Amino acid sequence: MEQKPGASQAEEAALVQALKAGDEAAYVKMVERYSPTIYNLALRMTGNREEAEEVLQETFLSAFRAVGRFEGRSQLGTWLYRIAYNAAMMRLRRRQLPVTSIDAAEPNEDGEIIPRQLVDWGALPDEILLSGELRRMLDAAVASLPEGLRSVFVLRDIEGLSTAETAQVLGLSEANVKVRLHRARLALRERLSSYFATAAPGVTVGMPGGSYGGRM
Amino acid sequence: MAVECKEYLDWLSDYVEGELDPELCAEIERHMAECGDCRIVVDTLRKTITLYRNYGHEEVPADARERLYAVLKLPRPAA
Repeated sequence: MEQKPGASQAEEAALVQALKAGDEAAYVKMVERYSPTIYNLALRMTGNREEAEEVLQETFLSAFRAVGRFEGRSQLGTWLYRIAYNAAMMRLRRRQLPVTSIDAAEPNEDGEIIPRQLVDWGALPDEILLSGELRRMLDAAVASLPEGLRSVFVLRDIEGLSTAETAQVLGLSEANVKVRLHRARLALRERLSSYFATAAPGVTVGMPGGSYGGRM
Repeated sequence: MAVECKEYLDWLSDYVEGELDPELCAEIERHMAECGDCRIVVDTLRKTITLYRNYGHEEVPADARERLYAVLKLPRPAA
């Protein structure tokens, strides 16, 4: 199983022990180390910064109360991300948003996403891709994913968790994580391709059987 | 996409991550040598992943971080 860099098992055990002993520096260390992923998970799941901030606060307040009972069966990060994920999902339920968005990249009957957009934008330089408008488009594309794909995508591809840890955080099998991740990526690729097909200059639209290597 | 392409679709995430069985990997590459559509799908899939890996993460805003430490009653370390 992969470890987050800088968090060896022995180091983590020492951190947990210090947390249980009420060591303030250990609390600060935990907050510093795990805030970034908690915030990003909450931000992508709730879709707004205020709620993401509230989830971040709630997660650590809950963790501070419960750390005495943390048994170390999972990694500390996994445990925290799970608390955060549950807090974010509670908020979504309270809002009574539909569980999946309706236009989620048109999966077929098996839930498979068949590529339809064959625009070759793979060689576009990042500077062009990352104008303000494009960044908003990237955010909107993730937001359009059904929750069950979005959570997996955020943890695996944006936050860089392993398949195993993502599975633990979300209570899924590893096989299921892999399938969801693949669907999420295909759906995002489709969204981004649709965008480049209409919005970006200089992108060569692939023709069936057409030649490879669009200009740019 | 042709029927043949769809057969490879399920494997493309594993393919771009280099996690695919070598035999299947070679098969996909043989197919891509002849199929421009699949090359585009693979290239843009790879680019999609890279974009989000490099630019998807947002820093916790400084003011949110400040409020977090205040709520938790902890001293805020230097950024």
